[in-house]
Amino acid sequence: MENTSLLTQMAENWMLLAMFTLFIGAILWALRPGTRALHRDTANIPFRNEDRPGSSETEELQK
Amino acid sequence: MGNYIKLIALGGVTLFAALAANWGRDVAYIVHALIIMGVAAFMFVRVLRQMEAPVYATPDGYMDDVVRAGVIATGFWGVVGFLVGVVIAFQLAFPALNFEVLQPYGNFGRLRPLHTSAVIFAFGGNALIMSSFYIVQRTCGARLWGGNLAWFVFWGYNLFIVLAATGYLLGATQSKEYAEPEWYVDIWLTVVWLAFLAVFMGTIFKRVEKHIYVANWFLLSFIITVAMLHLVNNLSIPVSIWGSKSVQVFSGVQDAMVQWWYGHNAVGFFLTAGFLGMMYYFVPKQAGRPVFSYKLSIIHFWALIFLYIWAGPHHLHYTALPDWASTLGMVFSIILWMPSWGGMINGLMTLQGAWDKLRTDPIIRMMVISLAFYGMSTFEGPMMSIRAVNSLSHYTDWTIGHVHSGALGWNGMITFSALYFLTPKLWGRAQMYSMSAINWHFWLATIGIILYAASMWVTGIMEGLMWREVDANGFLVNSFADTVSAKFPMYVVRGLGGVLYLGGALIMAWNMYMTIRGGAKVHAPVGVPAE
Repeated sequence: MENTSLLTQMAENWMLLAMFTLFIGAILWALRPGTRALHRDTANIPFRNEDRPGSSETEELQK
Repeated sequence: MGNYIKLIALGGVTLFAALAANWGRDVAYIVHALIIMGVAAFMFVRVLRQMEAPVYATPDGYMDDVVRAGVIATGFWGVVGFLVGVVIAFQLAFPALNFEVLQPYGNFGRLRPLHTSAVIFAFGGNALIMSSFYIVQRTCGARLWGGNLAWFVFWGYNLFIVLAATGYLLGATQSKEYAEPEWYVDIWLTVVWLAFLAVFMGTIFKRVEKHIYVANWFLLSFIITVAMLHLVNNLSIPVSIWGSKSVQVFSGVQDAMVQWWYGHNAVGFFLTAGFLGMMYYFVPKQAGRPVFSYKLSIIHFWALIFLYIWAGPHHLHYTALPDWASTLGMVFSIILWMPSWGGMINGLMTLQGAWDKLRTDPIIRMMVISLAFYGMSTFEGPMMSIRAVNSLSHYTDWTIGHVHSGALGWNGMITFSALYFLTPKLWGRAQMYSMSAINWHFWLATIGIILYAASMWVTGIMEGLMWREVDANGFLVNSFADTVSAKFPMYVVRGLGGVLYLGGALIMAWNMYMTIRGGAKVHAPVGVPAE
């Protein structure tokens, strides 16, 4: 009984706060300025390494 | 050394299964023991014959054999699952189709879980596993980790499906929706699923791309969450090690809450997150342009992950579940509408500047209709989760219509377009054998879904209204049997919709067969040495 109410207390306070902060943080992180080039590069991943596994050398060439 | 350990283990399993077949307490358990004994004995001989075989170096191309096997399995299980669906749809319309000679194996009660598991876990699961294996290799630029472990995942998962399906027919079920398989089948699935997670994570760890593409985020969340849901919802204690019956650890409303936490997140993470991973790879590939907004895809991901897990209690409105819990589920279901539509818009807008392909490319058309159905069912779902709407819709065929507009429209169509994308690529063909057959499939499937969803809306709302109709003295006007007879025409229409959808899938199976079998090779397949 004691344990259940302790867990409920934690879930209602610190856990809620932690998860909400994490969620807002993840969204703010995605929206941080200066990521346009990075996101464009990541969005183009499906168009690389189509037929063969890549190697670190081809990676260097792309940069 | 490794082979000796394998031989000892396989020999042990064969012996144990033989004992289990002898001492088994029920038919399903005995049949399963015989299946496991056969598989283990076969594997024992196979390992034994390869004891002295030379060990080859790992090829450095992509591992696509297992994806090819997955493509064939997906097509096969799709047709089987739709066929059983059509049969049970007509069993509901014409109860005489529950033939006396087939009792109890062929009645609706046993075939219904066979249908749901065949389409969700056999068709959908094989589609997810094979496309995860394809996508994770391409987007990481790395061969699958773990060598033959990927083959273990493929065969192990399909063995799970065979055990589950035969179990339902022979009466082994723990009566939890979408989690019917009994304890030993659950343990086997856990083993296979952890191997799947290992292959997927291992490939991500050895990637050459710096960033993990968003499709892999969705696929990884699908694998991890399904593992968690499966473990918690299947906590049960077997009555005997020689029998299939088990007893749940949770009871009463706790059990109901765990079941629908599982059930709704199976929709959220198996049928949504996993298939969104497919969408975020195949739609950009087929359209030939990167996803509309990568930022939006990240927000889509995190919002979906944080919100979906709370939506389960909306399945338990007006039950013993406390009001605050079902209100929580309802509120989160409604908030969930936003990320869902964000994802749909992101997928559709990927076609910006390439809308002309909608006229020329039947595969793009399939992807667009699947996204449209995703948007439609993720609007309908939150609406139905509102307590007042739910009081009308719950326990009626409206729910069945909603599930099928999501499953046939979103999951089915995106899987078909992935199969049409992958089949020519994996077998080195320029395109599918017949493009007009894809068009036929598109229209048959679309009209089939429309007949299905429309008839279920009509019959569901009618049923809900009939159940709550009271006369001037406050007595109920209709008996339950009145609603059953009033539904007959809609049941026939639903069955016809299913026939059209099945017809489309059969055309796809033929088209896949013809593509694999023949046609001019124009594009060197991957993983095959150059001539």
